[in-house]
Parts: sequence; structure tokens; C-alpha cells
Amino acid sequence: MTATSQEVSTRPQINWKAIWRNVYQAGLSVLAALLIGALLLLLNGRNPVDAFASLWAGAFGSVDRFAETLVKATPLLMIAISVSISFRCQIWNIGAEGQIILGAIVSTWVALTFKNLPLVLLLPLTFLGGLLGGMSWSLIAGLLKAYAQANEVITTSMLNYIAIYLLAYVVHGPMMDPQGFNFPQSPLIADALILPRLIPGTRLNISFLVALIMVALTVVFWRTTLGLRTEIVGHSHRVAKQIGLKVALMIALVTGMSGALAGIAGWGEIFGLHYRLIEEIARGIGSLGIVVALLGELHPLGMLVSAFFFAALVTGGNAMERNAGVPFALVDVIQGCVILLILARSYFFRKAAK
Amino acid sequence: MILVEMKNITKRFPGVLANDQVNLTLQPGEIHGLLGENGAGKTTLMNVLFGLYRPDGGEICLNGQPVVFHSPADAIGHGIGMVHQHFKLVPPFSVTENVVLGLPGRPLIDMKAAEAQVAAVAEQYGLKIDPGARVQQLTVGEQQRVEILSSLYRGAEVLILDEPTAVLTPQEAEILSTGLRRMAEQGKSIVFISHKLEEVIKITRRVTVLRAGRVVFSAMTADTSKAQMAREMIGHDLATLHGEQRASVLALAGAEQAAHLEEEAPAEAQEAVILQVENLHVLDDRGLPAVKGVSLTVHAGEILGIAGVDGNGQHELVEAIARLRPIQSGSLAIHEIDATRWETHDFINHQACYITDDRQHEGLILDFDLGRNATLKIFGKQPYSKRGLLQFPAIQAFTRQLMDAFDVRAPTPNVQAATLSGGNQQKLILARELSQSPRLILANKPTRGLDIGAATYINQKLLDERAKGNGILLISADLDELLLLSDRILVMYNGQSMGELAAGRAEIQKIGMMMAGTPLAELESQEATV
Amino acid sequence: MNLELITLPFIVGWMAASVRLATPILLAALGETFTERGGVLNLGLEGIMLMGALSGFVGAYATGNLWAGVLAAMITGILMGLLMGFFSVTAKVNQVVAGLGITILGSGLSTLLFRLFFGLRTIPPTIDMFPELPVPLLSRIPILGEVLFKQNILVYLTFILVAVAQVVLFRSRFGLALRSVGERPDAADTRGIDVARMRYIGLFIGGALAAVGGAYLPLANLGIFWTQMTAGRGFIAIAIVIFSRWNPLRGLWGALFFGATLALQLSLQTLRLPVPSELLLMLPYIVTIIALVIVSRRAEFPGAFATPYTRSGE
Repeated sequence: MTATSQEVSTRPQINWKAIWRNVYQAGLSVLAALLIGALLLLLNGRNPVDAFASLWAGAFGSVDRFAETLVKATPLLMIAISVSISFRCQIWNIGAEGQIILGAIVSTWVALTFKNLPLVLLLPLTFLGGLLGGMSWSLIAGLLKAYAQANEVITTSMLNYIAIYLLAYVVHGPMMDPQGFNFPQSPLIADALILPRLIPGTRLNISFLVALIMVALTVVFWRTTLGLRTEIVGHSHRVAKQIGLKVALMIALVTGMSGALAGIAGWGEIFGLHYRLIEEIARGIGSLGIVVALLGELHPLGMLVSAFFFAALVTGGNAMERNAGVPFALVDVIQGCVILLILARSYFFRKAAK
Repeated sequence: MILVEMKNITKRFPGVLANDQVNLTLQPGEIHGLLGENGAGKTTLMNVLFGLYRPDGGEICLNGQPVVFHSPADAIGHGIGMVHQHFKLVPPFSVTENVVLGLPGRPLIDMKAAEAQVAAVAEQYGLKIDPGARVQQLTVGEQQRVEILSSLYRGAEVLILDEPTAVLTPQEAEILSTGLRRMAEQGKSIVFISHKLEEVIKITRRVTVLRAGRVVFSAMTADTSKAQMAREMIGHDLATLHGEQRASVLALAGAEQAAHLEEEAPAEAQEAVILQVENLHVLDDRGLPAVKGVSLTVHAGEILGIAGVDGNGQHELVEAIARLRPIQSGSLAIHEIDATRWETHDFINHQACYITDDRQHEGLILDFDLGRNATLKIFGKQPYSKRGLLQFPAIQAFTRQLMDAFDVRAPTPNVQAATLSGGNQQKLILARELSQSPRLILANKPTRGLDIGAATYINQKLLDERAKGNGILLISADLDELLLLSDRILVMYNGQSMGELAAGRAEIQKIGMMMAGTPLAELESQEATV
Repeated sequence: MNLELITLPFIVGWMAASVRLATPILLAALGETFTERGGVLNLGLEGIMLMGALSGFVGAYATGNLWAGVLAAMITGILMGLLMGFFSVTAKVNQVVAGLGITILGSGLSTLLFRLFFGLRTIPPTIDMFPELPVPLLSRIPILGEVLFKQNILVYLTFILVAVAQVVLFRSRFGLALRSVGERPDAADTRGIDVARMRYIGLFIGGALAAVGGAYLPLANLGIFWTQMTAGRGFIAIAIVIFSRWNPLRGLWGALFFGATLALQLSLQTLRLPVPSELLLMLPYIVTIIALVIVSRRAEFPGAFATPYTRSGE
């Protein structure tokens, strides 16, 4: 059974009716969430129109702003895909935040340690580092679930906190920039490693393209035998056993893949955006990525749209805080509402149909 | 003492009219048999009486007064109790906790007092139970008694029993019917739901037959015969059936002391050994020994039936052979190759198949469409996938073929498996397994819960496989079905084999005793001394 | 490294701190034990604890009365339990996702409301906490007196609550009914027990206790509120519930153990061990994982755990 949807699109014809239904139900959920947010603001004497206006301007007001939105969408999309693979296997991996951090730490470490390697080797190596960092962090929880039946929600959330402290330790200590005036940050990565910009003058870089490639690969993934095996394990461990699958191995594999993608997101944040390890890497992206995934129905193309939407919310939300004085936390509230409304929608629509 | 009248009861579910204007009267002190094949509407009707369902039409009258039940609690309050096919007991709780569950009283339970009261009521009805025992440690027969006690403790005057003997040995069934007769003498009304004519004839005073949701026949048991009841249960279709099919249908209806089929040419087991099990030891899910040294052989062209009450190790035995469960010790050979260390996929890849007893949770993924279900075991091979990519046209074509060959009725292969009826689901599973031309077939309760039409179809297919020279291991809770289909029958009790009989010479009494724990050798030596 | 600081007073201080730090997690774990015994998994615990912390703080700040804070927290917890009940019992959706949604919502809402009420101040608002309340006579006992009987009122109430919970769950009619709903809801239904109502009650208890557990942090431990202040305690509480095999008395030991880990991390810092403080901060989370792994292999979850119940035929 999938996380939110009770429907299965029939194959191989595309069921446009079901897709349309999902889209407008999702749209309604979002609208309702925004209205709740507006209500909260009103109750507190703030002007929701101002707030939303500056939110919109902050997200789409100019080319620069639009590029920022896409910059924010990049890690969200990668995390959403990472989460969707786990969730469709009924593995409730909520450790994206920790996996991004590990990906960031390892890839930065590679960049700083092997700085004498030629670029053509070093850059892919940092990518690999990010991938392996996220994958191994995720595998801790995956293996514990596969072989010790340890609840993955608890283990991954614990690992999130551990990763946050690990990052703090690393930037206050072993990886701290000696020329950084004791700021908790690592040295800058070499200029040559900075990912090329897509639109000059903005922060949009090729990590965005990496995210899009991930989307395309995921679409293909669900049509492969491995993808089908993942879904079978997600639906029923008993059936999976019946057909000869090794469930424990699949759980480990899926968790590893998930973590690898999150680790790549961490790499993208460092090499495309911040160029050094800082404590704010990954803040809040984990839970936001989960919401993006759920709003997108765990489907790659759906998540593409919802990542864009939430990126706009976040970018606009930052502007909203600066310009209209409304706390960014409103966006968190909208996040929470969206999840719950999506969950409830099939129930409400069934009731309305009666 | 309550007179129960169900008048014109109608109950609809999406897509099916389960009860259609059903009239039923229960006299106090009477054991009333409610007959019909699976899906005829017997359980639905009783669920209406028990307050689990609200009828869409009609009414229930108790002692002439119309009543409406909003829930089982209502029905219980009016003196109606039900013993379900799948017991409604909480396994980790004690007998007393199960019996007093939900009853009003002081906020803190005085367990000693409660146990004493429960013991007293049990005594009154001659039910032997230990009020302090944990239900999960009781035998099936004992658990059933707890179910019955639960109802009696709440003052039930009407007792509904849904297929109560399905889980009992013949001897335990005998004890149950004695108990029921005693309750009837005390004025209780008893509804005895069954699809087994033999026991209905023995136990009931009056009988009502349902077919496709309607009452087709009602009479005093003494005024009718098994043949007539069978005819009413199945409908005039019986006349058009021949040979094996007809025998199968009659067997499933428990209409006769089912005789093993004599073929035109007497079938002799062929020499080739398809399956050889030696001294197998297997653990259950809790780590306790479930199979304690069982040996058996299946030859080509024969069906070996495994008889026994549920929970005596048959399930673990067949799962171990299908390599779904580890083997503690002993050996296993399939097609004369040592299979003891095989993994599940080895089993699948060696022309062997396992038809699970749980079609909804192990055999199929209900949310998947028929195509994906049909290719569950083969999608990794060509032409269903090429270089890792699934080939949907090939999957579709294959599924359509299967649906045609095995009469699986559905509009297209794209519908969810959940939309199929139980019979069609089972046919799909059978089709899928047999399509890979297995030479060893393990069938675990393949006709459970199916209507006679579907069950007969599946039995026929199994016989066809036997005729092709394949070997079949068949587990079934239905002794008549086993006797009909098997060449030999092995009886399991408490994880061990009580012996093997050639089905042709089988006697139900003997099998019954073996099912209750007496080894064949002992029975035969007893016979010899007589 | 000042090892000579490990004296008896040091250890006693550590044990007393363990009890103080265990209390919020213990409250949440007690509540969740009831919820899970009813068959519902409430992963929204973290969000409920945060909302409890906020409403407790705001309640106490606005009225000047700490008990008003406790009451505010309880009401908040019950409301959030109601919300979770809607999703898991009435709408019957996936409980894991619903719980995560509530955690995210609670987390965001508590932050938002705090900012909206108090704005951004250089000096954060504070309240006076529950004072230490030594039990006459008993607090004079050497060692145990210090550890157990020189705590604040909420600690004492929590201990009493453990005993009450144990009796209610295993000796009362309500407890029997609740447990049956978690094991075999169909059996409970047949006996006239309202499965949905039982599960809602389990969630009300769970929500109320978790919220009070969250409120304990500002009201009895720290005197202030900051965003995300529970730092994963909700998830640790759920681990304790599994660890304790859904038994309040065993949950007490589990919570004390975690309290000890938290207190240890603080105490070790005063010893100035050559271990970076961040690594010490990881300790409770690492210990949680290890404990969970040890227990999970043989954990016997209630039969109907996290499974919505629909009477067949409806």
C-alpha cells in the first residue's frame, strides 16, 4: 500500500482521469493549507495579503529571484526522490537531513584532502564522496532494519541528530578553517571545483541539471525489474519471500540508494552553493523534502512540480520574513498542514461523493 | 427460551445480493442446520442476526417482538451469541479475561472471583476449561469451548455456530455435538451452519438450504435425504456434471462417504520419485518444533494428501519443502537432487511450485494489476523484461493467455487483483504456477473458501496435472476432498506422521483417530487382536 | 581532566539529575504506552511535546501561574491527540505518515506561535519554575533522599502516575478493554467494545501526557522556551515504549536510563574530559539506537499495531 494514494494507475495506458484527480486534489490541499496559514496571520493581527504578496515577489519577482527558487528546488527535488524510493518500499526513512550532512562532510573532506589531484579526477571523486557519505549513513539504519528489525523512523531520526552534532564537531574542530577567525566553517574548496553557473549572475548551477537527470532516471527506474522488486517488497514482504526475493537485502539496497541520492544533494549544496562546510547545510531540507515527496504522490514528475512549489514557498518565505516581518516558521506550518490535508483528502472526497 | 423469526431479510454488498428475502424460524430447543456452499449467504444471514450487519430489508422478531440490532452488543443483550469460524478471542489473554472482556462491573477486576464464576458456568454446561490458562496455549477444540462459554456466560439463549467442525477431528466433533444436544435439551436454540451434509444429517432436527442468497429448501431433517439436500445446495447443474466433476462436487458437499475415483485404467504410481522427505525437523514462527521427524515420498503421477487438524505442523512442513522456511535437520530431495540447502528461488527454478493457502496476502498483491500478478515469478526473464526493462506488451499477452486458459473472469488484465472474486483469484494463482510446467506441485488448501464451481474447477486441474505424470502434495482441511483426490493420505498430528493409508481403503473413522493422535500402527495392531 | 571530581556528591548529583531529566521522556512514554496498547502508533509525539512546551510556557507566562501552564499543555495535548485520532482512527490513513505530519506541524506551529507572541528579543522571556520540594523525613535518607525525594512536584506526580498506569492498564476493566482493542479489535468489537472510542481515548491520554512532558522542560527544568527544544525526546520516548515492551513499570527504568545518559553528558562536561562536547551530546541518541536494536529482535508488538480497524462488511 503506498503512503497516501489508494489508487494504482493501470498499465500500460496512462490513466489521465486518475492523474487529473490527484492533481486537483493536491491543489485543493495546498490551497487549504495556505488559507490556514493566512488565518493564523490574521488572528495575530498581521496582514496575510502583504505577507503573501511579498512571498510571491520573493519567489518570482525577477530573473534573479526565479533563479533562486530553482536553486532551492534542487536539493528539495533530490531529497524528494531519495525519500520516494524508500517510501515506496514502505521504508520510513526520514534521515535525509543526516544523509545530506554526511554527503557534504565527506565530499568536502575529499576536496580538501586530495586538492592536488587534477580536476578531471577530483570533481568526480568529490561527487563519489558525497554519494558514499549519504549512502553509508543511510545504510546504518537500513541494515539495522533489515537484520535487527529496528524501527527505521527512530533510528533515522536519531542519526539526524547525531549527524548535526557531528557536523558541529567537525567545523569547530578537525575541519575548521585555520584562517577563519574561529568561525565554525571549513576552508573554501578550490575555485576550480566550483560548479559552473547556468545563468550568469545568479546562483543557479549544474547541480540543478543533476537533479533533473535524477528525475529522468527515476522515471526509468520504476519501469525496471529492480523497481518492480522494490515495489513488491513495499507491498508485501510475504509475497516478496514467496517469489524468491531476499527481503533483508532489498531493504538494505533501497536504503542505500536513498542515502546515496541524499548524499549527492549534500555534495550539490557544497559545490554549487556554499563552497565550504557550514553548520546551516541541510537545515530543514529533510522534513521539507518529505512533504515535497508526499505532495508529489511519490511520483518523479509529480515531485518535480511540488519541489518547484515548495522552493517558491521557501524563497518567498525568506523574503517575507525580511520584508513583511512574518516569521519564516509560517512555511513550516504550511508544510505540516499540507501533509495532513493530503492524507485526509481521499477521506474527504469519499465523504463528499456520498 | 426464545423464538427467533427472521422475516424477508435482504442484505446487499457492492456488486452482490448476499441475502434475498430470506425467511428463517428458530424454535427453542431446536438444532437448526443452515446449509449452503461457500458464498451462498449463510454467514451473512447470521451476521445480520448477530448484529454485525444491518439488513437492507426485512426484520427480526424475538418472541413476536420486532427488534433492531445496532451492534453485536445489542444482539448479545437480547440473548444471541455467535461462535465464529475464526474465533474472536484475544490470544495473549487468559480464558477468564476473554470471557469477561467488555462486561460491565467494578473498575478494578477481581480476577479470583471472576475465575470462580467462569468455572461455575463452564461446569453448568459441561465445558471443560481451565479459567486461568492463556488462550494461545489451548488446543483448537479448547479455544472453541471458550468461544461458546463467552456466549453462554452472557446469557445466550440462541447460539449460532459457523462451521464449527471445520477445525475439529471427527472425535472432537462428536464431543461438540453431544454438548450441543445437551444445550438444546435445556431450551437453547442452536443454528448450525455447515456445508457438510453428513454431519447436518446427524446433528440437526430441522434444516434450511440457502443458494445464491435465497432459501431454496426447508424441512425437518428426518423428512429429507442427503441426496435431496445436495441437489438443493448445488442446483440442477448437478445433472449436467459427469464423472470426476460430479464426484468432486458431491465430495465438496460432503454428500457421500467419498470414494476414491477409480480410473478407466487403474492408476499405478510411477517409479520416478519427484519428492523425497527424510526425517524432517522444522520450527514454527515462535521457534518451537512444529515438524518432528516426518518422512514422505511423492511419485510421478500421484497425489499425496496430508490430513490433520490445522496447527499440527502441515503448514510448516509444506513451507519447508517449498524452501520458505529453514530446515533444522533431515533431508529433502526434489527430482532426486538434494534440495535441503536450497533457497526459495532454487525451488522455483527447478520445475516446482507452491500454491499458498493465503491467496490475498501471500499469493497475490491485491493492489497490483493482473499482469503484474501473473508475472510475479517470471518478470526477470525474457520476454517479460529485456536487460532489466519491463516489457509490458509481452506481460499483457501472457496474462491474457492465462486468463483464457484458466477461465479467469475479468474485463481486462489491467484491473486490480482486488476486484476479482475469490475463485478467480485462486484460478489466477493456479494459472500462474502451472504455466511454468512444474513437475512438483505443492497445493496448500487450494479450494478453501471457494464456491463449488470454482473448487471443482481447481480440483479438476489438479487431477489433470496428475494425469500428465506430475507429482502433487495436497493439504486440505476437507477430508472428503482429500479422499476424493489423493492416491495416498498421510495424517499429521503434533508434528509427526501418524501413518499413511492408501485412499482407496480409507475409512474416515481410522483417519479421525489418527488425526487425534493414534498412530496407524497402533490401530492396526488393535484390529489384529480383536 | 579533573578525575578527582568524581566523588560521592558528584555521583549523587548525577543520579538526581537523571531523575529530573528522565521525567519529560517518562511522561511521554507513559502516554504513548497507552496509545500503542490501543493499537495506534503516534509518531507525532515530538510535535506534541513541542506544542506542550510552548503552551505550557505561554500559559505560565501569561497568568503567572505554573499550573495554568500545565493545564494549557494538557488541553493542547488532547487536541493534538484528537487530530491524530481523526487521521488514524476515523480516516484510517497510514499512521506513520500522519504522525510525521503532526510532528512537522507541531514543530512549525510551536516555532511560529512563539515568534508571533514574543517576537525576536535579545533577552528571551523567562518564568519562575516549579521549586524543589523536599519530602519531609524521606529527603533526609542518605543518597536516596537526595536523588528521589528532593525533586519538584511534577517529578513526584510522575512517579505516582507510573503506579497508577500500571494498575489501570493491567487490573482495570478499562485497561483490559484497551489492550483487547490493540491485540484483536474484532474480538473487542464482538463484545460490544467501541474500538474507535477506545483508540481515541488512548490518543487523548498519550497526547495529554506527552504535552505535559514537553511542558516540564520550560516549567520545571529550564525556565525558558526555545524553538525545537525537545531535540528528539519524542522519538526517544517511542523507543522506550518498545524497549519497555509496553509496560509502564519497565518504561520507568528505560526512562531513568536515558535520563542518566543525558545527565552523564552534562556531568562529563564538568569533568573536562578530553572529549569534544559535541560528541558527548550525541550520546543519548547513540544509546537509543543501541537499545532499540537489542530489543527489537524479539519485540512482540500488540497484534493490531498501527493497523486501522474496519468492521468487515462496512
